[in-house]
Parts: sequence; structure tokens; C-alpha cells
Amino acid sequence: MNGCYINGIANISAQKTADPNSFLGDVIAHEELIFRSHEFNYKDYIKPSAMRRMSKSVKMGVATSKMALSAAELEMPDAIITGTGMGCRQDSEIFLEKILYNDEQFLTPTLFIQSTHNTVGGQIALGLGCKAYNVTYVQASVSFETSVIDAQLMLSESPDKNILVGGIDEIAKNSTLLHTLDGHIKSEKLPILDLLDSKTSGTVCSEGATFVVLGGEKTKNSVAKIVDVETKNSATPEEIKVEIQRFMRRNEITIDDIDAVVLGNNGNVEYNHYYKNVQDSLFSNTEQLCYKHLIGEYHTASAFGFYIASKVFQFGNVPSVLKVNDIRAKTYKNILLYNQYRAKNHSIALLQQC
Amino acid sequence: MAELQQELKEKIIEQLSLEDLEVSEIGDNDPLFGDGLGLDSIDALELIVLLEKDYGIKLKDPKEGKAIFQSVSVMADYIEKNRTK
Amino acid sequence: MNKGIAITGMGIISSIGNTVAENLNALLAESDGISRIKFLETRHKDAIMVGEIKKTNEELVQELGLNAINNFSRTAMIGSIAAKEALLDAGIEEIDEYRTGFISGTSVGGMDMTEQHYLDYHKKTTNRRYIEAQHAGFTTQSISAYLGIKGYVSTISTACSSAANAIMLGARLVKAGKIDRIIVGGTDALSKFTINGFGTLMILSDEQCTPFDNDRKGLNLGEASAYLVLESDEIVAKTNKKVYGHVRGWANANDAYHQTASSSDGEGAYLAMKQALEVADIAVDDIDYVNAHGTATINNDLSEGIAMTRIFGEDKVPTFSSTKAFTGHTLAAAGGVEAVYSILSLQENMIFPNLNFKTQMEEFNLVPQTSILSKKMHTVLSNSFGFGGNCSTLIFSK
Repeated sequence: MNGCYINGIANISAQKTADPNSFLGDVIAHEELIFRSHEFNYKDYIKPSAMRRMSKSVKMGVATSKMALSAAELEMPDAIITGTGMGCRQDSEIFLEKILYNDEQFLTPTLFIQSTHNTVGGQIALGLGCKAYNVTYVQASVSFETSVIDAQLMLSESPDKNILVGGIDEIAKNSTLLHTLDGHIKSEKLPILDLLDSKTSGTVCSEGATFVVLGGEKTKNSVAKIVDVETKNSATPEEIKVEIQRFMRRNEITIDDIDAVVLGNNGNVEYNHYYKNVQDSLFSNTEQLCYKHLIGEYHTASAFGFYIASKVFQFGNVPSVLKVNDIRAKTYKNILLYNQYRAKNHSIALLQQC
Repeated sequence: MAELQQELKEKIIEQLSLEDLEVSEIGDNDPLFGDGLGLDSIDALELIVLLEKDYGIKLKDPKEGKAIFQSVSVMADYIEKNRTK
Repeated sequence: MNKGIAITGMGIISSIGNTVAENLNALLAESDGISRIKFLETRHKDAIMVGEIKKTNEELVQELGLNAINNFSRTAMIGSIAAKEALLDAGIEEIDEYRTGFISGTSVGGMDMTEQHYLDYHKKTTNRRYIEAQHAGFTTQSISAYLGIKGYVSTISTACSSAANAIMLGARLVKAGKIDRIIVGGTDALSKFTINGFGTLMILSDEQCTPFDNDRKGLNLGEASAYLVLESDEIVAKTNKKVYGHVRGWANANDAYHQTASSSDGEGAYLAMKQALEVADIAVDDIDYVNAHGTATINNDLSEGIAMTRIFGEDKVPTFSSTKAFTGHTLAAAGGVEAVYSILSLQENMIFPNLNFKTQMEEFNLVPQTSILSKKMHTVLSNSFGFGGNCSTLIFSK
């Protein structure tokens, strides 16, 4: 089987994760159910003339992609693959509202242009002058994972490629808030650091960007090997347990080989049993890590699991704020990720130290 | 006319998100596209909407914009002659 | 030799027909589906012409047997109809018999419902089940639930090349043995959002569109959904299935020129066609017909035409046509619609015409095929381009 190595990774989130030399050292305790990414000086990465029409997700995406490329010491990728749940959601929302409030008059093109989901991927290509393959996935909580699967496939076709893969999502003022009406977002406030202990339904919402440079060969910059990624559109908790076991068998590892499992728990009691079912059985003797009480939930939040695994391999330890049980691994070689959103769009991934 | 030119400069900066630019930095006869302000075809479409919304001038063909959006002074002249509001 | 990935089923609904057979009949009769808007509420009703599917949402609900209280957008409903036809056509009854996946391209997804209910969500509780439709992947979720596909499901959203990219990914997944069979294509319903969006770019025609004509005035928007079923050689051999043809070549390249406009040298389109020919491992002379993207905008047809002259040579461009004068530009679905038409072209040994063409463009010596042409067909090349410089080419062969 061909390799798939993370040769550079960068992240912008509601925590101070943009600094490559720290790993959740100084945690921000958010208070609002919908919270923004941590402030970032985009001007360090984007020229003001290029920035004037950029929405937040384009700025986050372009800056994070540049950081990942620089970590991988790569100037020009051979493909750009992006995942996003909502794309440039804020501009799409304003365009829609102008249509509805102005009775379809006096509309301007910039907002509409940004509304296509591949805007971030297209803008990165435009900035780099990259004429290579450029595709965008929009599949709820597996938007990032389906992007990685495409990249893995491409590396199996041509192992010498370097592929830029990212997940980006932004908050919008009104359309994000709508999810308090359909129960996706909780109705009562709580300290976000306590999210995982919540006894109510719904979750919180935030935004961020994660980019990785994937290559078929290990380099001096490699931080992790992505052994395998799988998505499953719908399944029962029991089916997921079976699927994870099948996934491990296929990759010739046992539960004892897994040093830590990173789970997408988001404090929604209605769907928590998907995680609990494997936490209490398969992984009862495995170190368990969670992160959505730090960076919130959004369609590409699960990319943060890839970030955590890479950082754990790099730093050799786990910040205590991520730990949700008392098991401690001695070393970290294999880390398994599992995420789902409201019983749909499950993803399982295995990352290995390299 | 000077008043309209000033007003146009403010509107151009706002409509086109030229946040780093001051009104005083736009000369009345500076080319808006190409070497001047460096505006592009999307900006031209934005300006067409500005004409319609604020001055009641409706262009049918985006190509007409090319002659009108040469500079702030040319634009102001055109608006003076054709405005309906 | 690279034979490609077998196509064993097709399904389509568009403004020229609700099934593959109806679409074929309309194509053969040179009968287009472009008209004034009948169903969608918009103030631009009388200003533009569109390719609207001749069914109300209520009729679609009934046809699919959905509950009156459902959360299917129009995009999801037409998607379900076309995907179901494709599955039936491929003779698939037991989804779980093989590893079966689904990849759908869409641009605005459930925008048709979002724009209808957006202002009411706070006031009324009745339609809140549609809130999730603002996520484009929700459309795919509805269709996969309707079909009972539970494994690999994804949505590609690269504007107007989405379905072409979905077909490409499906072919690659089957080729790599990652999946046994997959339903691939795209769906997009008309919406006020896209009508007004393309309106701001001033590229909507108030008349029937005229692809590759010197006096073209812009595009007609359309709505459609179309899917192919791709299956592994093992399944085809085991079940002795009929095979319509093969997805033989594919490529996606980026123009990296402008957010929406195509470059004047058609670089992205040129690269996509060139690389697809390489994947197919065939020569330019092997292409019998090009189903062009041909939206009838000033910019696209010029850029695509130049790209064709670059790849084939100005005097050697194969017979080509844009079928968008039949259906309108169906955005994310276009690559799926035109894949179905390309395969019908192979099947029938017919080339469907580029309607409404009168005057050759002054920039080059290219004239599209303007009437039905009977021709022995082996290989078709189909282009689909989208915003963000996204250029895709698919090659189909018998």
C-alpha cells in the first residue's frame, strides 16, 4: 500500500492554534454558544489588494494553506482539495437576504461569486497560480475526510504528488443562528469548556480552517502518516462498533496497538451514545481525547482530530485539557479518530507516527 | 461637479471595499481600471449597480461601462447628463 | 489497453423530459425545453428564458411517494427521480449486495427551500425541518436515504463542473477497487438565488441561448438531474450485464486566471482536455464528437473554442455541439446531463445539434453541428467548466 504522509499541517481555530510551536498551552474558555475563531493577522499572509473581496473563510483558508505549504517547504502543490460544509456562508447569506429584502433588485456580483463552495479552493489556486486538479467536497461532517480520501486515492495513482488538502468553515450572523431553531445548537448557554458534560440536546458552533500537505513519500517535515480513512453515511451505534473493528482488521492492527482515540463528542445527549458505545467497550482501556469543548462544532471540525494526532506525535504528550479518561499511553504511535454528526456522516481514520 | 466627484470617490471606496484607500488618494482623472486603481471586471459590474441604485441609470450591456468608468471625472460627467434621481 | 469503467445505468430528468427515453426523443426531434418561467416565483419571470422541469413540487412529492410532511428540497426530489431511474436501469435491486456508493454534484443544493422559508423560520415553526437544507450536502443526504445507500456518500460542489467531477471521482474509486459500484452525477433546481446571481454578472439571455454564435447574448439557466451507474468489471462479468459504454478518460485542471471568467487562451480547458486524453490513452483523432460546455456566454464560448483549436488544431476540431440550447445551463447537473447525452450519442450513432446557431464567431473558424447527424461513433469528449477556474473533461467510449 502506498504511503500518505502529512508533510505540513496548519490550523486556525477558536483556540490559539496558529502558532506551530505550541500545542494548546493556553486555553481560551468560550462563553457563547456560537463563537468565532481566534484573532489572526491575515495581513501577514495576504496582500491588502487581494484581501478586499475576501470573506473570512477565504482569509482563513488562504492563510492556513500558506502556513501548511511553508511547514512542508513546498511552493506549488500538484492538487488542491478542499472540504467545507457551508463555504463562504456569510456572503451567501447577505446575497440571499438582499434578494429577499430588496425584491431581487440592486444586487451586486461579488457576494454571489463568493457563494460557490469552491471559492476557497479557487482563490488558493489563483493566488498560487496553480493549474492543477482542484475539487471541493461538501458532505456535512465528512467534508474534510472525503477530501483526504480523494488525496489518498490520488497518491495511490501517482505517489510523487504533493497535495494540499483543507477543511474550512465560517460562522454567519443569521443562518448559523437558525440552527438554534431546529435544535442543532443548544438553547441555553453554558461554559463551553463544560460542553462534554452537558445534559441537553444540541451543541455549539464555531469556525476554523485546517490544511495539510499530503505526500506519498516521507520527508524530514513529515509529522504523521495517514494509514486509512473511511466514511459511512449512516449506521447504528452497534454497526459503528463493528465497522471500527473491521477497519482495524483491514489495517492489521488490534485495539492494543491503538495508543489513543480522538472522538468528536459535542455535548449533544441525543447522539452521544454513538461515542459512549465505543468508549465503554472497544476503547475502555484506551486513552480517550476530545476537543469540541475547545474549538466547537462545525462541518469540518473533525479535521482538528488530524491536527491533534499530528501534534501528539510531534510533542510526544497530550495536553490535559483534551483527556476525558484516566488511561495514559506510554508512547504514541497509533491514534484512531472517530467522528459523526447527528448519527450521520461517520468517519474513522488511523494516523501513525512516522 | 466637485461635490459629485467627492461623493463618487466615497462610494467607490465603500462599494468596492477599497479599505486601504483614502478619498484624497483618488485623482479626478486617475484611470480606475488597469494601471490606476487596478479595478477589474467584477468591479465594473459593481459600479453598474451603483449607477442604477443611486442615480437611476440602467446600463443594458456591461460593455457600455468601459467608456463611462474611465475616471471619476468622466463618470461624474456621465451621471450629470443621464441621472434620473 | 485501458478500457475504462463500465456504465451500466442512466437516469435523467430535465426540461426536455422526465426519463432517459423522453430526453432522447426530444433530442432526436430537435425539440428544446426553453421557455418563460412557469413555476418559480421571481420578478424576472418575463425578463429571461429558462429550462424548467415541467413538474410542480407537489407532483414530485407524489411521484416519489414521500410523506406530505417531508424535508426534500426540489433539488433533492429531482435528484431522487433521476438516481432511481439509473438504479432501475442498471437492474440493481439489492443495494447492499455490493459495496455501493453515491457521489452527487450540486451547487446550491436546497436553496429553493431556503429562499422560500428563510424569512419565516423565526416566526413560524412549521417549516423548520428545511433549515438544514441550507447545507448543500443535505440534498445528497436526502437522496441517499431515499435510495438506501449507507456507505460511501459524498457531495462535490465545484459550481458548474460538479457532476463531471463526481463522475471522474466515481470512475477513479471503482478503478482503484475502493468500491464495487457507484452512482455518480449531479442535481440542481432553479432558484431565485442563481437567477439573480447570474443576473448580477449580466450573462443571462432574454432570448433562447445561441451557443458559439457570434451574436450570442448569454445563457439560459436550467434545472436538471442526471446520474450514471458505474460498476466494476467483476460485477459486470459475474452478472452478464448490459454495458452502455465506458468512462474512459477524465481530468480536472484549473484556469487560475480569474474567480469567474475564463482565460482568453482557454488554458484550464486546454489542460483538462489534454490530460483526459492522456488518461484515456488515445489520440486527438480518436474523438468523434465533442459535447462542449458551450454556455452561450461571450466569455465561455470564446475561451472554450480557443482551447479546442489549441488541442485539436483549428482545422481539425471534431464535430462539436453544445446541447445547452435544449436544456439551458443546468449548473452542477450539466456534466451529468451531458454525460447521458454523450452516451446516447454513442448508443444511437447520432450527434445532437447545437440549436439556434446562425453566425460563425469572428475569432475562429469553428462551426458547431446544427442539425442531427448520423455518424458511426466510438468516442465522445465532454467538457464542463465552473467558477473558480474549474475545468473538467470526461471521455466516453463504446
